[in-house]
Amino acid sequence: MEKENQGFLEFAYQLYKTMKTNEINLVYEGEVTQEITKTFTSLTEKSLSKSAESNTVQKKVFNVMVECLQNISKHADSLNDEDEERRGIVMVSKGEDSYNIITGNVIKNEKVPELKKSLELINSLDKEGLSTLFKQQIKETTISDKGGAGLGLIDIAKKTGSKLTYQFKELNENVSFFILTSTIKRN
Amino acid sequence: MNNINIKGTDDTPSVILDKDKGLFEISGRSLPEDVNMFYEQILDWIDEYAKSPNDRTEFNFKLEYFNTASSKVILDILLKFEEIVENGKEVVIKWHYHEDEEDMLEAGEEYADIVEIPFDYVVYNQ
Repeated sequence: MEKENQGFLEFAYQLYKTMKTNEINLVYEGEVTQEITKTFTSLTEKSLSKSAESNTVQKKVFNVMVECLQNISKHADSLNDEDEERRGIVMVSKGEDSYNIITGNVIKNEKVPELKKSLELINSLDKEGLSTLFKQQIKETTISDKGGAGLGLIDIAKKTGSKLTYQFKELNENVSFFILTSTIKRN
Repeated sequence: MNNINIKGTDDTPSVILDKDKGLFEISGRSLPEDVNMFYEQILDWIDEYAKSPNDRTEFNFKLEYFNTASSKVILDILLKFEEIVENGKEVVIKWHYHEDEEDMLEAGEEYADIVEIPFDYVVYNQ
């Protein structure tokens, strides 16, 4: 028992060090709901407003966080079918030149090809192309039962002006883990 | 017709719709998870208004943030006013944006590309 406790303490300290070294301001793993979204975005908003960050960057970080979190709360799948919770991992890190918002969630393998296709299309477009795609999609889309408009990723790409970085890690024959990094330049 | 006067919250906007006084405004934040639930009564009100609209409607959007689901509903609102324009009444959209927020200006410009309604862009800085 003593040894196990020591192990946890060491783990907590290593985690703390890793977070400090990588300037990670926020880490969360768990269910992502509207309440969680509101709490995190307002925490981030408060800490940003105390910083010297420009208004433009603050608003972009806020906006991108909302879209990332609402994407999880609407689209995340779970490891097994009985589990209805929409869980994910959320990290916000502040680097020298940029903020990174990293999210990860489980997704059914059958949904991967389509999501990949959307991400590739979005990353192939410049600012004007994204605006055209957005206008086309917003006209055609309807609000889904889950309340999504299918516009989140396009919006993130538009607002950040950076390519979306992503990865799919296959966990088993049914599901994969989807990691998305959105980068907001600080100047 | 009845007025709508909704006070804003952390994730829903303030809404004032008053036909007699000619006040039409959505302001604040709009990032509800369930946009349909929040906007249903507003869309219904506009449908009712469209049956006998004022000769001139000035609709103010003064939003600080909105999520993409709200952006779809905003388009639905604008499309309803486009119909009012097609029926021969005057409509002007006053699109307010903070001077630091080019994204908000661009969002207005994108709507103006989609709907046939004149947009006035109003910059504010406090």
